[in-house]
Amino acid sequence: MNPDVSLFRSLTIQGRTLHALMMREVITRFGRDNLGVLWLVAEPMLFTLGVATLWTAIRLNHGSSIPIVAFAVTGYSSVLLWRNCVNRCLMAIESNQNLLFHRNVKVIDLFLTRSVLEAAGATGSFIILATFFTSIGWIEVPVDLLQVVFGWLMLTWFGIALSLTIGAATAYSEIVERLWSPAAYLLFPLSGAAFMVDWLPPAFQKIVLLLPMVHGVEIMREGYFGNAVRTHYDAGYMAACCLVLTLAGLYLVQDAGKKVESR
Amino acid sequence: MIAVENVCKTYSTRFGPRTILDNVSFRLERGRNIGILGQNGAGKSTLIRLISGAEKPTSGDIRRGMTVSWPLAFGGAFQTHMTGLDNLKFVCRIYGVDYKPLVPFVEEFTELGIYFREPVMHYSHGMMTRLAFALSMAIEFDCFLIDEAMVVGDVRFHEKCHIELFQKRKDRAFILVTHDANVIKLYCERACVLHEGRLYSFETVDEAYDFYTNRLNQPVSA
Repeated sequence: MNPDVSLFRSLTIQGRTLHALMMREVITRFGRDNLGVLWLVAEPMLFTLGVATLWTAIRLNHGSSIPIVAFAVTGYSSVLLWRNCVNRCLMAIESNQNLLFHRNVKVIDLFLTRSVLEAAGATGSFIILATFFTSIGWIEVPVDLLQVVFGWLMLTWFGIALSLTIGAATAYSEIVERLWSPAAYLLFPLSGAAFMVDWLPPAFQKIVLLLPMVHGVEIMREGYFGNAVRTHYDAGYMAACCLVLTLAGLYLVQDAGKKVESR
Repeated sequence: MIAVENVCKTYSTRFGPRTILDNVSFRLERGRNIGILGQNGAGKSTLIRLISGAEKPTSGDIRRGMTVSWPLAFGGAFQTHMTGLDNLKFVCRIYGVDYKPLVPFVEEFTELGIYFREPVMHYSHGMMTRLAFALSMAIEFDCFLIDEAMVVGDVRFHEKCHIELFQKRKDRAFILVTHDANVIKLYCERACVLHEGRLYSFETVDEAYDFYTNRLNQPVSA
């Protein structure tokens, strides 16, 4: 690249490229028939609704003071955020490498396109469900909306950073892809979606709090329920984890880009 | 200007690394052109992929001082769920060009009719090639990358391509790779031969032609 290309111009090209790739991705994945792009939001909504119904049926809030629907919506939406972002980024280079023939399309764009779209879908789903249940009175208005937003943004950061790291790692070995599937399955019950850290024995709390997403869910739930719940989190720890993941992800993406073999 | 400097490309195989390009260097000035001859498997397409930026060289450097096209008529980047029009919009977005003024040209050139607004998965091979070529022409580049093997079609299609590329855009630079020495003689002002990973440069096209046909015993098609 020319050193004289200004940062502003680079950002313009980057934005343009991401826009083009996202439009392409949306048409490819959802087509133009029936709901089309709305599926991006509808799909995670269906997931969350299903899980909320199940959890209500088995009273997963363990008799705590938290309303179960609010508990399920805040919890399961957060899982979608990190799990779907990563899922979409598995083998992202392999399935899109022909796009690299366009000079402006870089390997990182392939990951960002998918990750950001997925995060947007999960966010849309969360906002719609939360608004809907609030309007019919099943969920209270959040005690501290800003904190909910903060927790959500942290989880989004975590999801995108994790998807860069694991997505790029799949370019090195398919084993990563195979391992991710059981890992995601096992991480779900540990992710804080289905419990509050406070319900756990202290020894187990320490272990669970090693997982960054647990902190994000706790932050969000504190914002939602305020003093009705006791939360355990360390935003600084989560931010540090996200930062490390981001740097690792960026490095892996750059390095994986060197070994692309298109045909 | 495009400067290819000491470029090596190695692919790993189960039997160890295989060098496809070995210390390849050449330069191409704005508005000039170069033909690169090579037998099957000589590394022509690899070189095109490296210059287009789709792959990175193992070592060495490729500097581009002008805009470089994707390989001409390359349809591999088509998303088959998207229509011909969607694909036009896509490349226009990527390159920051307004697609609307280009629709008539693409429709006319591709002769796709109603299929222009049908998903690409319903296209025949010929329709795909015509669309791919038209999109390559829709975006204006300083330098075109041409892998001759990709531009397949009937005589009429070839004539249309010829007019668009070598007449209407004769001020542009291009890099043409082919196994056909006659094609190089017809279109290029300068020629190199790619053989066993090395690039041999020649003063004139005729010398390259002789080297390729005599020394490498490559029969010339009629």
